[in-house]
Amino acid sequence: MSDPVVIGVDQKIESRDLIVTRLDAAVDWCRKNSVWPMPMGLACCAIELMAAGASRFDIARFGAEVMRFSPRQSDLMIVAGTCVYKMAGVVKRVWDQMAEPKWCIAMGACASTGGMYRSYAVVQGVDRFLPVDVYISGCPPRPEALLEGLMALQRKIQQEAALKNMKRSDQRGGLYAMPQGPVIVRGEYAPQMGDRRLEIGGRK
Amino acid sequence: MTNLQSLITNLPGRLGEPVEFRGEVTVMVDRAKILDACRYLKEQCGFDMLTDIAGVDNYGEDPRYAVVYHVYSLPHRCMVRLKVAVPEDDMVVDSVVSVWRTADWHEREAFDMFGIRFRNHPNLKRILMWDGYPYHPLRKDFPLAGMETELPETAVGAGRVEAAPMLGGPFVTTPGAGTAARREPRQADTSAERADKKGAS
Repeated sequence: MSDPVVIGVDQKIESRDLIVTRLDAAVDWCRKNSVWPMPMGLACCAIELMAAGASRFDIARFGAEVMRFSPRQSDLMIVAGTCVYKMAGVVKRVWDQMAEPKWCIAMGACASTGGMYRSYAVVQGVDRFLPVDVYISGCPPRPEALLEGLMALQRKIQQEAALKNMKRSDQRGGLYAMPQGPVIVRGEYAPQMGDRRLEIGGRK
Repeated sequence: MTNLQSLITNLPGRLGEPVEFRGEVTVMVDRAKILDACRYLKEQCGFDMLTDIAGVDNYGEDPRYAVVYHVYSLPHRCMVRLKVAVPEDDMVVDSVVSVWRTADWHEREAFDMFGIRFRNHPNLKRILMWDGYPYHPLRKDFPLAGMETELPETAVGAGRVEAAPMLGGPFVTTPGAGTAARREPRQADTSAERADKKGAS
C-alpha cells in the first residue's frame, strides 16, 4: 500500500501555478469574462452598440465581442432601441430561445421606459416582459455608457451563486426573479472638445 | 408643364381644375374613377412610379377622409398628386395594386392607420399594428396615449395593453381643429404638472 496522497493545506506548494478559490467564484469569473451578446438592435441605440463593438471602443476588452445572431449561442440580450408591441412578441420569443444562464441589458431610454414615445404602439420599457439586469440611461447612450453597463453586469455576475442556480435551473428563471435587483447606469456623458478624460457613467 | 396640364385635362374622373402650388400639380379625382385615372396615368402618360399613398383624416370636415396618391414619371421627370375624398359612412376605395404593385403595402398602411378599405386588394390586413388590434390609431379622435386593449396570446404573453402615461410626453396632442401650436404644444404642460407648480408657489 502506498502512502495516502496529502493535498491541501498540509502540502507545500512548490510552484506558483495553483490558485485556491471557491468554485462559485471561478464559474462566475469564467462567465463574466466571456459574455456573448445577442444584439437586439431595434433603433438608433443599435448604432452606438455597433460603435461599442468596433475598434475605437472595442468591447472585446471586456470579453463580449462575440455578437451572436443566434439566440442559442448567446448569454446576454442587449435590447438597443424602441420596442413596439408588434416587435415585443419577437423579442420575447428570441429571449425564450436563449439558454440559461442569461442576462438582459436595456440600453437607452426607450428600452428602459419607452423613452419619448408615450404612445399607443410602444412598450413602456422592455422590463414589462423581460427580466432586465442593467438599465442604461441616455438617448442614445454613448458607447462608454454601454461598456459601463457591461461592467456593472460583470460585477453582478461575479456575485451570483452559480452552483446553486445550476442545481435549480428554474431558480432565477421564474424569469422574473431578480435576486440582486437591477442595476441602473447613468450614462450622461457630455463630450467636450479637448477633454481627454473618459467620464463614464456620469462619474466625476 | 403645359404638356402635363393637357394630359390631366383628359384624366378620367377629374373633379375641378388642377391646382398648382410650387410646381406641384394636384388633381381631385372622383372616388369611383380612381382606378381608371391611375391606369390612364400609367399607360397613356408614362407615370410609371407610385411614390406614396397616404390617408388623411380631416377631422370635423365632410367628407372626413381622403386618400392621396403621389405619382412620378421617370421618363418625363414630373410628379402629379391625386386626391380622393372618402366619406365616413362608406370608406371604400378601389385598390390600385393592379396598376402599381407597390401600392400593396401603402394601401395596407392606410387601412391599418385610418380604416380605409381598398376594394380588390390582394391582402388587406394590418401592416404596423398587430393582428386583432381593434382601432385605427392615426385617426384624429384616437388619443396618442392609446386605448386599453387586449393583447393576444401570441405576443408578449396574454394580457392587456394599457394606455401609455401621457405625463411628460413631448407631443401631447388634442384632437380637432385649431392651430398647430395649440394642437401640439412642444413643451409638455399637463394639468398634473400645472397643479404641482401651483402647489409649489
